[in-house]
This record gives sequence, structure tokens and C-alpha cells, in this order.
Amino acid sequence: MSNLTLYLLLWPTIAGILILFLKGQSAKRTAFGAALIEFFMAILAMIQYEPNAYRQFTFDHTWIENFGINFSIGMDGISLLLVFLTTFLVPLIILSSFPHSYKNPNVFYALILFMQTGLIGVFTSFDAFLFYFFWEVALIPIYFIAGIWGGERRILITFKFFLYTIIGSLFMLVGFVYLYFQTPGTHTSDINAFYQLNLSATDQSWIFWFLFIAFAIKMPVFPFHTWQPDTYTESPTQATMLLSGIMLKMGIYGVIRWLLPVVPKGVSQWDTLVVVLAIIGIVYGAIIAIRQSDLKRLVAFSSISHVGLIAAGIFTLTEHGMQGGIIQMLSHGINVVGLFFIIDIIYRRTHTREIANLGGITQTTPALSIFFLILLLGTVALPLTNGFVGEFLLLSGVYQYNNWMGAIAGLTIILGAVYMLRMFQGVMFGEQNNVTATFHDLTRLEKAVLIPLVIMVFWIGLHPNTFMSLTEPTVGHLLGIINR
Amino acid sequence: MNSIILLTTFGILNLFVGFRKSNKLVLPLVFLFLVVVLLANFYDWNNTQTYFEQMLTVDNFAVAFTAVVVLTTILVVPFAKRYADEQNESLAEFFSILLFSLVGAIMMVAYENLIMLFVGIEILSISMYVLAGSDKKNLKSNEAGLKYFLMGSFASGILLFGIVLIYGATGTFAIAEINSVATTGSADALTSPLLAMGLLFTLIGISFKLSAAPFHFWTPDVYEGTPTLFTAFMSTVVKTAGFGGFYKLMSVSFAGAYDIWFPTLVAMTVITLAIGNIGAVAQNSFKRMMAYSSISHAGYLMIALLSFNDRSENAIFFYSLAYSVATVAAFGILKIVSDQRDDISYNAFNGLGRTNPLLAAVMTISMCSLAGIPLTGGFFGKLFIFSAALEQNILWLIIVAIIMSMVGIYYYFRVVIAMYMREPSGDRLKVDSSASFALIFIAVLTLILGIFPGLFSDIL
Repeated sequence: MSNLTLYLLLWPTIAGILILFLKGQSAKRTAFGAALIEFFMAILAMIQYEPNAYRQFTFDHTWIENFGINFSIGMDGISLLLVFLTTFLVPLIILSSFPHSYKNPNVFYALILFMQTGLIGVFTSFDAFLFYFFWEVALIPIYFIAGIWGGERRILITFKFFLYTIIGSLFMLVGFVYLYFQTPGTHTSDINAFYQLNLSATDQSWIFWFLFIAFAIKMPVFPFHTWQPDTYTESPTQATMLLSGIMLKMGIYGVIRWLLPVVPKGVSQWDTLVVVLAIIGIVYGAIIAIRQSDLKRLVAFSSISHVGLIAAGIFTLTEHGMQGGIIQMLSHGINVVGLFFIIDIIYRRTHTREIANLGGITQTTPALSIFFLILLLGTVALPLTNGFVGEFLLLSGVYQYNNWMGAIAGLTIILGAVYMLRMFQGVMFGEQNNVTATFHDLTRLEKAVLIPLVIMVFWIGLHPNTFMSLTEPTVGHLLGIINR
Repeated sequence: MNSIILLTTFGILNLFVGFRKSNKLVLPLVFLFLVVVLLANFYDWNNTQTYFEQMLTVDNFAVAFTAVVVLTTILVVPFAKRYADEQNESLAEFFSILLFSLVGAIMMVAYENLIMLFVGIEILSISMYVLAGSDKKNLKSNEAGLKYFLMGSFASGILLFGIVLIYGATGTFAIAEINSVATTGSADALTSPLLAMGLLFTLIGISFKLSAAPFHFWTPDVYEGTPTLFTAFMSTVVKTAGFGGFYKLMSVSFAGAYDIWFPTLVAMTVITLAIGNIGAVAQNSFKRMMAYSSISHAGYLMIALLSFNDRSENAIFFYSLAYSVATVAAFGILKIVSDQRDDISYNAFNGLGRTNPLLAAVMTISMCSLAGIPLTGGFFGKLFIFSAALEQNILWLIIVAIIMSMVGIYYYFRVVIAMYMREPSGDRLKVDSSASFALIFIAVLTLILGIFPGLFSDIL
């Protein structure tokens, strides 16, 4: 099974192509089965993974021979964790779509699986052009998912999202091509060759921006976020989950893997600015979230706030910040997918996402209330839940970097509690009205989606070492390269 | 040389088929002819030979570009089925002209002598003037034919004038000798006004054929009026042959004069990119958009020419191949759609994803390829061109090109949006099996170019 990465990459594609030929609603069950198999492969990789060895399950093959471009994939700790996150969430996202009956289900589910290939490719590529390739492969399916099955204003909004991200990626491409030509001898786009480059500070400075813009748009970091709330709101819930749960991690991952170690001098010129932008994003996202009346928009803005903290933490270049960022990627993915699913449940039963129209749901739904509350507390970083671990490390990283910035970033805890509890209060407590009076509790299927998520909330919260020990050597290794 | 002889013979043979007044045979026969030519063409691979007192050389460069133009023509033929069914009375003649015009295209990439270049361009152009006006009952087609003819012959005159001036400066038509006189002969040959004027006039003449700005004004009108099938041919074969010839001229004759033509060409490249892409945004007709898009692609190809290093040749070849294949698909589908919905605007494509998934899928792949999105050949075409330019350190030009590519995504995706995200505006379209087959072939080829570019990226 040494080619595990390759299997992980190929399986969703093959399954997706097969699903294209299925008729009717059987596509969703097949897709779910395929995604589960993928998840078990990822578990197998986690069991076999040896944390102290650098890159494993590698597969190298020449791709474009005379250009020195290789199809080289593999996993280190960070890759593995994100592959785990992807393969864990995709089956749940597919399962969460079962109550919906989308038109052309075969295409819908095939696109989700194609996107999974792209995502896993991004997280396991160790060649710049391969990384770029998968980066775009992940984008195209989600564009179609959001554009075809989305809400009323979908055409304009998903197109805006598409253009935004493509613009970023093209800059990244130029950066990569430039770096490629700086490699000695017959050029190569291998990641280690990029790490060993010793570029002048001026070069690094502009390459930094070329790469950063691509990653910043994907995350999104303030002020590159303007596509995000609209896209999250207009997309079908499954696409929103994919975007927020997994796709935005591509941006953070890109920073960790392809930005910090490649242009460390560029980073040292601009890190303060980025941290400041990220902190503005934290406060700005949270304040706007407080003002939202639409549940999906509220969570979208809260996501800007949380991602801002992750970005700030990573750019401090401290071990706390990096480790916190990585573990928070996992936690945020789990929490945000759970929250969007609960919003989807509420929307399906009441056909509204306006907080003002809801209320009193707790009276008929003990199970939903509990799950909702757990996910919510995970999001606001209550100790013993998953959010706490990451947020604590991130804040201590930012604090080490600069006391004042740490203090401002710390506002996220207070503001997060404000908008989350306000949302919970408005939706779940208070008087029932004619929309919510007939609200029934979770079905078995819905529980099946939420239980794994909640288990993960506690698992990460109570025993973060399961995951942190996987990434620790890799983070040390990368920090070694960055600080050389 | 095989291909030139075969094409000429087949063209004449095909005319005799026309006497039968039955169109059933024409298309299969033309298809067969072209396949034979394509195969015979590869016989010349790695077997360089010169002909006619060294006025033509068939080397790998010529073979590769011949393969692209012949393959493109093969892919155009299946979309003509409807002409055959409608008993178009001059079908055989049109296809003979197409075969003859390929002879011109091949001469444009195999010439060793400026006279041969001129003859090649004229053979191709005169054929195109006829084909542009071939829809005799359509006023727009008449206009296109006349417009193309008048402007084209004007450009030919300028080109010829340029060639003569070069002759005046160097005393020869042979491109290799021009180089030796210009670089090693008298020291001032390179800076002589005669040569510079000759170069400039040649540049103008060729730019016209390539529809590079500022000599592009004919393009939208001619593309729009020309029957779609021949527009597909015009935008791919003429451009591919033109760039092959252009590159050969610059690299063989004027490599030493790089510093002289670089500023002119770089300025032209920037305005070509800008006019092509920005012009395309403003169009409501898909066909006119494709005309502007063809201008913009001339701009990208000119970047490869400007880079002028060992990557350029392969970059131009790969880009031409990817561009031609994708463009043929776009025009082919446009023909199917516009014949049945009688509309060449974006609206004609509404809901095609629901009614004709195959057409929509191939169109999407083609549009992604033209826009340069990964998994398709167009992406690597752009990557190779950008690499060539970066190696030459013209970063600013790439940034301009990238900004223009972003604009490109906007108008290419308008049709994708229409196909998948809007309600159908009509019933399912009828597509005959030969066209479907060609489309599947194009889609597969575009994906192969996009996933295994190594197969084609370094053959020259």
C-alpha cells in the first residue's frame, strides 16, 4: 500500500466517472459509499503513518519530461491531517444532502467527487505545477455545483467567485514560473528545489505578493473576502460546506507549504502587514456577523473572523501559531460544516433563514438543541471542545509576536460568543410562532451526520494529541526551513 | 512535399466528383483524402529535403505545422454534413478550394525563399476570399468576401513591397542568405533604412493575415459574414500557418535584427491583446466574440515570438495545436446551434447543458482550453508561452497577458453560463453522428493535451 496517496487521488475520480452513468437517485448512495471507502483509505494511511519520517506514501513519475515537471505526490503530517479532514467531511456532506432531491443527481455527486480529487491533489502535491493543476481542478466542479444548483442570484455571484479565485491563481502561476526559472541547472518545479532557492530580498518581496494574493482570496483574508458571504449564501448548502469546510483550507495550506518556506525573506518584509490585515478581518468579520439577520450570512462572516485568526497565527511564524493554525483548520472545518448543516435543517423545515422569523425551536427538539449547542460551543472555543485547543495556541502565538495584537485578536472570543449566542437565542429560545410550531426533531439520517461531527468536537477538545503529534515533526521541519 | 503533391492531386480529383451533381460522395472522399495526406506527411518526419532550387524545405518544423493544419481541416469536415444534405450545388468546388488552400498553408511553413512565402500566402488568401463570400444569397457573406478581398489584396501589396525592399537591401530572396548578409555582410546592413522599411512592411503584411492589431479591423465583420464552417478554417489554419511562417522568417532571417523589430512587435502585441480581449467583452454575438478572441490569441502567440529563444518554437506549435482544436469545436457547435436556432448570440446556447449534454460538455472543455484553465491543452499552451517569455525576462508583458487572460475568462464563460445555468430556449438539437464523433475526438484530444502535454511539447 505504499502508493496510498495515488489510490486516494484516483478513487474519487473513478467513482465520479462511474456515477455519471447512473440514473436517478441511486447516485447519492453510490457516492456516499465511494466517499466512505475513501475515508477508510485515509484512516489506513493515518495508522501506517510514521510521524518522524518526513514524506511518505510517495509516488513520483515524470510528467512533462523536458520541463522537469514531475507528478510527485506524498504525505507528511500536515498533508495527512488535511486529507483526513477532506475524507472525513465529504461522506458527511454527501449524507447531509440525502433529504434534498437535486435535479441531475448523477452530475451533482460526480462533481463533488471530482472536487475531492482536486482537494486531495492540492494537499498531497509536492511539485509546484502539479499543485497549481489540482488547485484549479478543485475550483471548476465547485463553480458548477454552486452555479447550477444555487439560489436565485447564483449566476452572477458564483461567477464573481470564479473570477476572483482565477485571478489569484494566475498570479500564483506567474510566481511559480518565475521560481521555476530560478532553479539551478535544468529547471525543476520540485518543492525541495523551491525551498533551496536563495533569492534576493527584492525578488522574494514581489513573489510573496503574487503567491499571497492567490491564497488570501481563497481563505479569504480581509480585504480579499468580498466574494465570500454572497457565495456562501447563494450556493446550495452542500457547496457551502465544501467551500467553508475544506476549500478555504487550501489557502491556509498553501501559505504553510508554498509561501512561508519558499520566500522567507519576503515574508519577513510583509508579515506585520498581513497579521494586521488578519486581525482587522477578525474584528470586522465578527462585528458584521453580529449585525446579520440571515443565518447563512452570519456563519459566513463568522468564518471570516475565524480564518483571520488562523492567518494571523500562522504568520507569526511561531511553533504555537503554526500548530494552532493547523489544528484549528481541522476544528473549523468540523464546526462550520456542522453549523451549516443545522442551518440547512432549519431552512428545510421552515423555509426561512431569517433569525427574526424563527424562535422557540428548543421546545420541540431536544436532540437538535443539544447538537447545535455543542457545535456552537466548539465554535466559540469553550474549553474541552475542539475550538479551544486551536484558538488557545493561536492566541498565544499572536501574543508572543506582539502583545497588543494578541489583545485585539483576543476580542474574537468575546465577539464570537456575542454573535453565536445571539443567534442561538433568536433561533432556539423565545416564543414559538406559526413557522416553528410544527418543527420536528432530528431524523435518524440527520443524527448520523451530526454524531460523527460531535464526536470529533470532543475528541479534538479532550485529546488533541492524536492529531497534533502527527503534525508536530512536520511543523518543526518547516519552521527549520523558514528560519534558516 | 508528399502533402503538397497529394493535396493538389486530390483537389483536382475532387472537382471531378463535383460533376456527378450528387453530394453524397464529397465529404467522405475529402475526409479520406485528408487522412491520407496527414499520414503521408509523417513520412517526411526526420527526413529533411529541399526542393525547387532550395526554395522549399520540408523539415520537421514544416511537417509538424502541416500536421496541425491538416488535422484541423479534418476536424472541420464532419460539420459540413448539413451542406451535403441540403444539396449545396457547389460543395465539391468549396472543398477543392479548401484542399488547394492547404497547399498555400504548407508553403507558408516550408518556404526558404520570400517569393515562396508570398506565393503561399496568396494561394491561401485567394481561397479564403472565395470561401468568405461563398454563401451567395446572404448579403453579409457577400460583404465579408468583398471586404476580405479588398483589404487582403491591399495587405498583399504591402507585403510584396516589403519583400522587394528587403531584396533591395540584401540582394537576395533566400531567407538564409538574408540572414548572412544582414548580420555578417556589411556592418550597416542591419541598420540600413531599406532593410528596416522592408522588415516593417513585411511585418504589416503578415500581421494582417494573422489579424494582429492594428491590422485587425476586417476580422469581426469577415468572421461574422463568412459561413461558420469556413470561419472555423479561417481562424485556425490561416493563423497557424501564418505564425509558423512568421516565426521562420524572424528566426532565420532577422534573428540578428532582434533589437530592431522587438519594440515594434512588443507594442503590437500589447494592443493586440488589449483590443482582442476587451473587444470580445463588448460583443453580444458569440461569433463576433470568437473573432475578437482570435485576435487575442494572435497576441498570445506573438509573445512566444517575442521571447525568441529555444522554447518559442515548441510553444508556438503547442499553442497553435491546442487553439486550433478548441476553436474548431467552438465554431462547429456554433454551426449546429445557429443552423437550428437561427441565432448566433449567446442566447442561442441557453440550456444546452440540459438538451444536448454532449455539445455542452465539449463546448465547456473548448472554452476552458481557450481561457487557459488546467486539464485542457490551452493551459499548457499558455504556460509554455509564459515560460518562454519569462526566460527572456519580459515579465511585464506576461503581467499584461495575464490581466488579459482574466478578461478572457469573463467572455468565454458567458457561453458556459448560458449552457448550464439558463433555461433552454428550444428543443433538443439534432446532431449527426459524424459531428458527434468529431466533437468527442476534439474533447479527448484537448484533455490529452492538458493532462499529458509531454507527448507534444518537445517534438521540434
